[in-house]
Amino acid sequence: MTVSIEPPLAMLAEITHRCPLRCPYCSNPLELSKRSHELSTKVWLNILDEASELGILQVHFSGGEPTVRDDLTVLIKHAEKKGLYSNLITSGVLIDKSKLDSFIDSGLQHIQLSIQGADSEVGDYIGGFPGGHQKKLEVAQLIHDVDLPLTLNAVVHRHNIGQIKKIINLAEKLHAQRLEVANVQYYGWGFFNRKNLLPTREQLMEATEEVNKARDRLKGKLVIDYVVPDYYARRPKACMGGWGRRFLNINPAGYVLPCHAAETIPGLRFERVTDKSLSEIWYHGSAFEAFRGTDWMPAPCSTCDRKEIDWGGCRCQAAAITGRPDATDPACELSPDHGSMNSIAQNESKPSQEQFQYRRM
Amino acid sequence: MAKTRIIMTEKVVPVFPKGVRLKFDKKRKQWVVLAPERMFVLDEIGISVMHCVDGKSNVDEIVDSLSKQFKAPREEILDDVVEMLQDMADKGVLDE
Repeated sequence: MTVSIEPPLAMLAEITHRCPLRCPYCSNPLELSKRSHELSTKVWLNILDEASELGILQVHFSGGEPTVRDDLTVLIKHAEKKGLYSNLITSGVLIDKSKLDSFIDSGLQHIQLSIQGADSEVGDYIGGFPGGHQKKLEVAQLIHDVDLPLTLNAVVHRHNIGQIKKIINLAEKLHAQRLEVANVQYYGWGFFNRKNLLPTREQLMEATEEVNKARDRLKGKLVIDYVVPDYYARRPKACMGGWGRRFLNINPAGYVLPCHAAETIPGLRFERVTDKSLSEIWYHGSAFEAFRGTDWMPAPCSTCDRKEIDWGGCRCQAAAITGRPDATDPACELSPDHGSMNSIAQNESKPSQEQFQYRRM
Repeated sequence: MAKTRIIMTEKVVPVFPKGVRLKFDKKRKQWVVLAPERMFVLDEIGISVMHCVDGKSNVDEIVDSLSKQFKAPREEILDDVVEMLQDMADKGVLDE
């Protein structure tokens, strides 16, 4: 059965790969885009026009660290003019009061601020940026002072998942409306550092219990989004809400991707927004067509009653673990490769403090 | 500390907080609530309720106005309207 193609709802605008932090699980690819390859302001303004025309409702300005670009205010202003809801995904370390004011005056609706731990010791160690954690606390206060909604994003792994209770308390203290507790996704840098990041099953169970307790206590005050890492899951996630269904990503060099990690999948050909219209790429681009809908699915997905719920899970993960991008996501217990994912989790997760490799250009 | 949970009782005046917008999506021809990293598509009742959120009317007055609009007895719609407003408040989409 062919699923009809809907227009996308959201766009992740990765305007740069540059970032002062060096998190070892960075979602950017191992091969980072140089500053000289970044799109110009003019091209981004044009992309925002096309995005609005295409039916996109929300734009997430991201990176790298998006605030390293001094045209961010111009881009936010243009998004606002086009009726796009704009969100800033930031490490916060380069934001001061006047920058924040200029974003808000331009129409910024929301900020997602990352933390790397519950305190300076862990946070600065993971981010590889001395003084970063303290700076984030100050920025969170500035955001609260101007009454802008704040989501705190904490990526968790072996080295900080034990701090979960403190992280939740910090989110409360910083007046966040939402807390995203995101387990590392093991593609790109995360995959590269997997054996030094995977939490143990015990760590994970403890954290899950803490989150559930906090959710009851904080109902109506703080929304906690929490997703179990795929390596301990029984069913896959509907990655991106389905490939090419709701979401597109534009990387710093202008390539349009179905998800931010799609370049890790061998054999896909991506197109640039400077060569073709966004609409043409969304509706007819070969990378978007590759895994859209359900026709591409192998067994057991093809006959599964959940195929239009989880859309076969994550293609990047299938490629990373099995070498076959069109395999059932091994996070699914029905996948023939589920056992090998379990053994990876068992063999590589340790309660140790082994050194990972920081992200580098 | 984070704010306390808002309970949508009769005298509460619901408002859209910063970062939440009610918008008509021209492409899909439907009303949506845009909120931080999420969006909600509203059904017909939902739209009517949300359009009553004007920053002046309290829950009581919203129920009155909907009761007139749909020619339905107040007591019949009261629970549903309050439940919907409460649900939106718990999702962080409405403030007081």
